[in-house]
Amino acid sequence: MTETATSPSPYASDVPSGSFVVELTEFSGPLDLLLTLIREEQVDIYDIPIARVAEQFLLRIRTLQLNEAADYLEMAARLLRIKALMLLPRGDGAESWEDPRAELVRRLLEYQQMREVVDVLEKAGEERRSRFARAYLPQSAAPAEAPLALSLSELLAAVDRILRTTKAPAVHDVIARSVDVPGAITTIRALLALRARAMWTDIVTKDAEPWVVLSTLLGLLEMAKLGECKVQQPRPFANVEITSDPASEAA
Amino acid sequence: MTPLAKLLEAALFASARPIPTEELAALDAEASKAAIAAALDELREHYDVDGHGVELIEIGGGWQILTRAEYTEAIERAQLASRPARLSAAALETLALIAYRQPLGRAEIEEIRGVSVGSVLKSLHERGLIDVVGRGEGMGRPLLYGTTPIFLEYFALRHLEELPRSDELAVALRTEPKPL
Repeated sequence: MTETATSPSPYASDVPSGSFVVELTEFSGPLDLLLTLIREEQVDIYDIPIARVAEQFLLRIRTLQLNEAADYLEMAARLLRIKALMLLPRGDGAESWEDPRAELVRRLLEYQQMREVVDVLEKAGEERRSRFARAYLPQSAAPAEAPLALSLSELLAAVDRILRTTKAPAVHDVIARSVDVPGAITTIRALLALRARAMWTDIVTKDAEPWVVLSTLLGLLEMAKLGECKVQQPRPFANVEITSDPASEAA
Repeated sequence: MTPLAKLLEAALFASARPIPTEELAALDAEASKAAIAAALDELREHYDVDGHGVELIEIGGGWQILTRAEYTEAIERAQLASRPARLSAAALETLALIAYRQPLGRAEIEEIRGVSVGSVLKSLHERGLIDVVGRGEGMGRPLLYGTTPIFLEYFALRHLEELPRSDELAVALRTEPKPL
């Protein structure tokens, strides 16, 4: 478990704060890191100096990638908890005292055993990787279709058939009809001059063409903006009531 | 070489994957089990004794002709074939646990490895090294994973028993526990 030359030292204190650049790629998890620390410190796994190891652990994980941090922080919390438990007075019944480190030791041993299997697998995998099997040649999914046997007259007949069945494309002439907002404003003004209150349906008849409806709407909004009239609708989809604005009349 | 050995050689050469012994036996209905085994032995010896660039290897209960390790670099340099990508440490740890304790759920793996393993399981599953082999009893009936024939193939193992038994694993840190 040696640190690669490219990875920054976990002890580096010159890492600018606010950046998380150090990746603990050399460790595959918190237990791996812990095991490495125990080896480096050359301490007995059954009698871990928990305060020292916890301190080292925290030092190493100070800068972490965010997505890895949780797993390591959980272990750090665990270590600190064990450290705290170790400080508690053991009481009289030393017999019943259970070492708070016992669970951790069990996990470390289990992890260590797994690492041995990893070594075996790694070796076996490397051995297999160094041999090639016959290359896999993917089969073409479907057999190639037989070449077309076709005479010129057959081809021309087919073209003719297709041309016959194809209808001439339908062409529509689209005439642009401009929206007549000033005209609509004139109409509304004339109506409001006759009476103070008008309904939308008075101005726009049911069979009005879309451009008339649009012109009237835009004209109405323009007039409302200018303060020439008030537009009210008591509830959604109800008839719109238009009243000439007394303020503008006064002016 | 005997005709049977030649037949097996041809079949093994034609296949890109290891051929299980029973499928080799199907090549010649008249050949007995012992005859197949003898022919395989003959073929392997033929490659070893005469000095061939390939060898016959038993993998995952089947047989496969593989190139000898000493030629790998030259073959790769010439870009005739390339080695598969190495598995990451995280992937190997997860595989090791599944190989020994299958069927095994995600929670148990995470408990032992001390990290979340969701993405590792996904990629191992995609590579065909593990598969879902059942569901656990606990809450949410978790998926249980086991290793596949491709796992044996990847590590060139004859069978799972070829891995060291758990009690054979010499735990390097194991010392007599001191009285606490």
